[in-house]
Amino acid sequence: MASHATRDTGVDRAFNITNYLILFLFLASVAYPLIYVLSASISSPQAVINGEMWLWPVDITWEGYRAVFNNPRIVTGFQNSLFYTVAGTFVSVVLTILAAYPLSRKDLAGKNVIMFLFLFTMLFGGGIIPTYLTVRETGLLDTRLALIIPTALSVWNMIITRTFFQVTIPDELLEAAQLDGSSDFRFLWDNVIPLSGPIIAVNALFYAVAQWNTYFNALIYLTDQDLFPLQLVLREILVQNQINFDQMTDVTEMMRRQDLRDLLKYSLIVVASVPVLIIYPFVQKHFVRGVMIGSLKG
Amino acid sequence: MANVNMSTSASTVDGTRPLPAAPEITRVRRVARGFKRNWQLYAMLALPLAWLIIYQYVPMWGAQIAFRDYSPQGGFAGLHQADWVGLEHFRRFFNLPNFWTVLRNTLVLNVYALIAGFPLPIILALALNYVGRAWFRRTVQLVSYAPHFISVVVIVGMLFLFVARDGVVVQFLQVFGYEGGGLMEEPQYWKSLFVWSGVWQSLGFSAIIYLAALSGIDPTLHEAAILDGANKLQRMRDIDLPGIMPVAMILLILNMGTLLSTGFEKVLLMQNPLNMSTSEVIDTLVYRLAFDSPFPQFALATAVGLFKGVIGLILLVAVNQLARRLKQTSLF
Repeated sequence: MASHATRDTGVDRAFNITNYLILFLFLASVAYPLIYVLSASISSPQAVINGEMWLWPVDITWEGYRAVFNNPRIVTGFQNSLFYTVAGTFVSVVLTILAAYPLSRKDLAGKNVIMFLFLFTMLFGGGIIPTYLTVRETGLLDTRLALIIPTALSVWNMIITRTFFQVTIPDELLEAAQLDGSSDFRFLWDNVIPLSGPIIAVNALFYAVAQWNTYFNALIYLTDQDLFPLQLVLREILVQNQINFDQMTDVTEMMRRQDLRDLLKYSLIVVASVPVLIIYPFVQKHFVRGVMIGSLKG
Repeated sequence: MANVNMSTSASTVDGTRPLPAAPEITRVRRVARGFKRNWQLYAMLALPLAWLIIYQYVPMWGAQIAFRDYSPQGGFAGLHQADWVGLEHFRRFFNLPNFWTVLRNTLVLNVYALIAGFPLPIILALALNYVGRAWFRRTVQLVSYAPHFISVVVIVGMLFLFVARDGVVVQFLQVFGYEGGGLMEEPQYWKSLFVWSGVWQSLGFSAIIYLAALSGIDPTLHEAAILDGANKLQRMRDIDLPGIMPVAMILLILNMGTLLSTGFEKVLLMQNPLNMSTSEVIDTLVYRLAFDSPFPQFALATAVGLFKGVIGLILLVAVNQLARRLKQTSLF
């Protein structure tokens, strides 16, 4: 992009070396904690605690992962999170399109008023207590819907989607469809949706990552442990340090468990992050595009 | 935008103004015809609008419990029976023993995060822009975006493991003679741990917008500079940096609009009884009053939240005004 130089001068060569050095520093400082966690998750806990393990695994053990997959709460949490992510993303994308498409139409009377109603919620909200009361009043407390419905629509995503429709759906297409007697629902389904692959991908990704990674709503809306998403189980184990192993019999066993505790935490971090980290390089360009469309508007 | 909407809706509702009758009728008729022709569009909007009203506007209406003697047991039905108490809950909030601490923590934490998070993404983007080897560029991007996708619970979990008494960070510090325990129990380090773990997480992703701004810089500027014998450092300083400065300033200003509410979910996770003196912020106080107390104080908590919401709204509007003015005078 900026490599217009025909031949590097001495200063340029020094510049290039410094530049690579800086970038390598960035790379190392971002990557190191990730590699460390990965290595610690399969290293003997003693080697981790006494500093023997500092980059690559030492005395490889799979005990941590075994403990993770034998813990019923973690497994249930993982399954619940999968459900919340898939169902929540679907509901969110549908709602977003249903709001964004009509609001992208120039001929919609009252468009500005409705748009203002949406935008205003980005500036001001009732706060967590009145929202909690509303969720309670609508009977969602301690149901799976509590994690899907109250946060179903992101106004920010809706605006991005609306901008996309305004830019990519030509007026002529609508006029031609209207001449053919096509209704608005038909036009949305037959013409708009097939042209909207990229923006649907952006939406699905934004919603899915947000849903997979959040814990707070589950914390205040759910009390039934069988409904807990993975992040809430993670919070108990990683942050509050509550791990229920079975009965602890003797002292050596307890020592072993104490070691296992940290090992399990490292393994759990890997297991919880891997689904998103594996998928994201393949969809990275969609994320970048989403940020771009967003900045176009801002 | 808000002002425009206000004025248009006011002129239609306002019946006192002596308007000529004829245009008014055709206007109504035109709206009616528009509604009839586009009824399917309104049908599409029905669900999202219902959601918006129930889960955004009903809570706003419910926020009136901040001014009432409301007990947590009552539902919305109990809301109307509760007596008005005026600004009593706000007075109680201002008189809380930790009011000033909480306010100061909120401001200091957010300003710290704003300043610390500002320069590094710009440096990363500028440096990436001069990388010739595509694979290296792509590797740096891939790795530096990754933490953005890790959940806040996992980030805090990692942080706890690293800064624990036997964690890798403390091990490292011990080489240089550090003799304390885990860092999370030391209130004076708490804000730095919060801010720099956040910088680590958001650095790469924040650089995306600057990379976009850099790719929008006119290449002829660079060509002309090369003809004039400018080296890369001079081009970076005199072409690239000024080129992305408007974007940087606007982002900085817009971020000031959310000065009271950065990363509440993370603050809550990182709190423990030992670091509360530096970690308690307005949002966590709201949570604690309502959900983490033997006597849930919904009305007081709502008042605290409302206080933050109103200050936040004022900040946001002021900052938007500022950004708009800057946008007009700047390059684009």
